[in-house]
Amino acid sequence: MTIALYRVDDRLIHGQVVVGWGQPLSCERIVLVDDEVRASDWEQDLYRMGVPPHMEVVFASVDEAVARLPDWEADPQPTIVLMGDLETAGALCGRCPQVRQLNVGGIHHRAGRTERIRYVYLTDLEAATLRQIGARGVTITAQDVPTAAPVALEQFT
Amino acid sequence: MSEPLRGVVVSHAAVAQSLVAAVGAITGLADALTAVSNEGCDPDALRERVAAAAGTGPAVLFVDLPGGSCLTSAVRLAQGRADRAVVTGVNLAMLLEFVFHRDLDPAAAARRAAEAGGRAIQARVA
Repeated sequence: MTIALYRVDDRLIHGQVVVGWGQPLSCERIVLVDDEVRASDWEQDLYRMGVPPHMEVVFASVDEAVARLPDWEADPQPTIVLMGDLETAGALCGRCPQVRQLNVGGIHHRAGRTERIRYVYLTDLEAATLRQIGARGVTITAQDVPTAAPVALEQFT
Repeated sequence: MSEPLRGVVVSHAAVAQSLVAAVGAITGLADALTAVSNEGCDPDALRERVAAAAGTGPAVLFVDLPGGSCLTSAVRLAQGRADRAVVTGVNLAMLLEFVFHRDLDPAAAARRAAEAGGRAIQARVA
């Protein structure tokens, strides 16, 4: 099992992912699962800029990620699978029962959301979506960086 | 009279505020730069903060890292606009160069600032 981390982070590829998690996990590949970015060469170039040359970046739609997940799991390259929103996370977890853990790394303020913890803001519907994913047997914790204490799902939804 | 060239410094945490304060302390030019932090922002909110700081006129957007949310917000705002330029790896030396050359067009000011910032990075070892 070389998927080192499944993470939801609305900033997608950024410092906390590449450096904060990437370094201690010896990550060699980031898979960004995002239908919108997958369809945009320009956005892919933009996100690739933040990744050091030794690290592979794969842009995948949800459908592509579902199909390729077994290959990434079998591959010895330590990999972070990154999703920008809970809809994508719910789709991936729902279609891939091998996803057993989900890290909520950053869902930030916007209209309708309330602060649950410093870096997680959710609408009531989003909180319910997370609980539904958890009820399917996925262990969900919030943790922005590896040195922070993980926060259990029940404490922020 | 055309709008003066603005500088916007976009960073993680309080790096931008500190750099802008340092430029003000060194030069006495308090209004040449605006600081924007990504603290607590989702990408849309950060883009709105940067857009508000840049205004509608010409601007150079300085960001801390060559990747991540600060860069993506800045590049999206500069995309397709000749009066906007983005410089990564912001440091104090490049900002000092910039504030004294705001008469240049954004591309020239950005290149000049980037060169000054690069020259300032040296490893002095025994």
